[in-house]
Amino acid sequence: MIRTITATVNNSSGVLNRITGLFARRQFNIESITVGVTENPEISRMTFVVNVDNDRALDQVIKQLNKQVDVLKVRDISGDTIVARELALIKVVSTPQNRSEIETLASPFRASIVDVGRDSVTLQVTGDHQKVEALIDLLKPYGIKELARTGATALKRSSKSQSQELKYSFIQ
Amino acid sequence: MSMDLEVEAKMQAAEQTDTQMSGSQMILQSLVEEGVDIIFGYPGGAILPTYDEIYKKGIRHILARHEQGAIHAAEGYARVSGKAGVCIVTSGPGATNVVTGIADAMIDSLPLIVISGQVATNVIGTDAFQEADMVGITMPITKHNFQIRDVQEIPTVMKQAFHIATTGRPGPVLIDLPKDVSTNVGTFNYPKHIELPGYQPTVQPNRLQIKKLNAAIKEAKRPVILAGAGVLLSGGSSELATFAKTRNIPVVTTLLGLGSFPESEELSLGMAGMHGLYTANMALHESDLLINIGARFDDRLTGNLDHFAPNATIAHVDVDPAEIGKNIDTDIPIVSDAKRALEILNTSKEENDGFTAWHEHLTSYQKENPLWYEEDGETLKPQKLLELIYEETNGEAIVTTDVGQHQMWTAQYYQFDEPDHWVTSGGLGTMGFGFPAAIGAQFAKPDKAVVAVIGDAGFQMTLQELSILQELNLPVKIVIVNNASLGMVRQWQQLFYEERYSHSLFPIQPDFIKLAEAYNIPGFKVENPDEARDVLKKGLEMDGPVLFDFRVTSLENVYPMIAPGKGHQEMEGVKP
Ligand SMILES: Cc1ncc(C[n+]2csc(CCOP(=O)(O)OP(=O)(O)O)c2C)c(N)n1
Ligand SMILES: [Mg+2]
Repeated sequence: MIRTITATVNNSSGVLNRITGLFARRQFNIESITVGVTENPEISRMTFVVNVDNDRALDQVIKQLNKQVDVLKVRDISGDTIVARELALIKVVSTPQNRSEIETLASPFRASIVDVGRDSVTLQVTGDHQKVEALIDLLKPYGIKELARTGATALKRSSKSQSQELKYSFIQ
Repeated sequence: MSMDLEVEAKMQAAEQTDTQMSGSQMILQSLVEEGVDIIFGYPGGAILPTYDEIYKKGIRHILARHEQGAIHAAEGYARVSGKAGVCIVTSGPGATNVVTGIADAMIDSLPLIVISGQVATNVIGTDAFQEADMVGITMPITKHNFQIRDVQEIPTVMKQAFHIATTGRPGPVLIDLPKDVSTNVGTFNYPKHIELPGYQPTVQPNRLQIKKLNAAIKEAKRPVILAGAGVLLSGGSSELATFAKTRNIPVVTTLLGLGSFPESEELSLGMAGMHGLYTANMALHESDLLINIGARFDDRLTGNLDHFAPNATIAHVDVDPAEIGKNIDTDIPIVSDAKRALEILNTSKEENDGFTAWHEHLTSYQKENPLWYEEDGETLKPQKLLELIYEETNGEAIVTTDVGQHQMWTAQYYQFDEPDHWVTSGGLGTMGFGFPAAIGAQFAKPDKAVVAVIGDAGFQMTLQELSILQELNLPVKIVIVNNASLGMVRQWQQLFYEERYSHSLFPIQPDFIKLAEAYNIPGFKVENPDEARDVLKKGLEMDGPVLFDFRVTSLENVYPMIAPGKGHQEMEGVKP
């Protein structure tokens, strides 16, 4: 099962190393990791998307993370109402003839063209996992030259009621 | 705070201890602040400034003859004293030589402070002379590690390191000290408080879970306590005794938990696990309530998990939450210091039915299936040797072992009645551990008899530390259980590899007596079983170090045994 876990950690050197090392030696499968500083420059937030076999494995991931001295707080936010976003840069084969077609296709995704070359355009899209996947699928027939994706980064939503019907906001 | 007060507070703080010191001086002063009175180590280039301060300050330092000896000695010291063992080594090869000991301390939860020299900060990362990435190498085998980049960090790092190593679930902490940091000068102000928001071990049990456990005991018909190293590490042996006796619940220990409950008590069923006692394993197997206190359900203890305690409600007290539910689904999880949990359990006045039938059942197992071996009338049986050692030390010695058959025989035949008298490498199974660990144990308890029970193979891994015995006339008694083989390996080859003894029989051996002589240590070789007791007695009574070379039955096996993949109910080699 796929779970989203966030951890706030000390923003000191080697912390990412500690965490990825831990995942590797305990045989936890990571789908993605993102890291960035928080509003407090001494603290970073990591978002992991992990693939675990069962509850015991998930429990171990969380407990082992918690054991790290540099890890301040760990939360499994999968069941919560969260805002989770990924960013993808997609370089698509494109001719002047089909460029506007691609633009039209991208617009419901609020994807923007960030670079235009002679035979390609690069689109930038942000959104949750499914949304990014969906756009990539749509663009595949044109020929994807290069693809760069971040992992997910996520926050809990502040109010439950507002987001109950809208578990993942698909298109912003 | 008003302006004045603030200024005043600052001035006071400044007055206290604001002294200019070099990094090395700070390291040593921090050790003094932490009450360290002995360190084990080996000097070299990157750590020379610190050794210069050791020279000047006169702090007690034991020079090992190999860094592995130093760190195992620190482990032995830690296990017996309950304090952190301190080990100091140089960068590169000095530091990599302690990796085995760090891993050993990690898996057996021993508090260690390891200070490794490092090349200067401006050349870190350039493959400088004797550079090794110790923070990277030891990341997975330390509870935490630090590289000090600024001399001003030293007091805080040292304070945190000791705190992390000795609290919660203890473990090794490595501090990597670049040479320039150790010579730079700064102000020394040892912090009084620790700020580690990411490290807050839970030591108080949840009352609700304690209630649940009390209720479960009330319901139980066949309860058993499994006592592990956590009881010893928390200093909770007498609380365990009170708990077991007032509730009338039998106690099984793990290998590392030996001594946490007196083995001579009627409630004691002895050690469980791969070479544990039949009754101990069957008690776990047949129990309906298994109360694990400070053990981690290691695979050598549990055997095949599919067969483990199939009918038991599992209660697990552990200060490390990650151990709870890791291998075994737990019904009553109690995250707590073992001693604290026992204290609280002991405040309860819950009645129970005395478990008479259960006790009778277990007693009949004990009668029918005791430990056993057969004399052959010719050779000294290793089991017999261990019985003799037990008798001739009145069961009061601190006993260390190496790893192998002799370790299991010691665990089986030496009866531990006191906590912290047993030092062995459990989780990592580190050959070469036992002898230097005995040295550390002797330093922790200078007035106690310390016996190192060592295999003829394992002894050859760290025997260079005979120098320490010679130099300091340290009265460690070394008992080599000499079966002229890598006995445990040979046993497995006999049982599981059709007697193909691949590299497990020694074609030649050194003359251990002459070896002892070279270090000016009296040595006794015993081949005749009839002489064993007298020689042992004589040697043990001697003041200084002694080495015994006991020639024992060469092809003896350790039994009973749970073969790999089998469950507790499938023990082999039980008394016929
Ligand atoms: C450092 C290390 N290398 C290898 C092993 C594997 N091993 C376990 S027991 C053993 C044999 C030990 O022989 P000895 O010290 O003579 O003890 P015995 O089993 O004969 O009592 C070996 C090689 C180990 N535990 N540790
Ligand atoms: Mg041997």
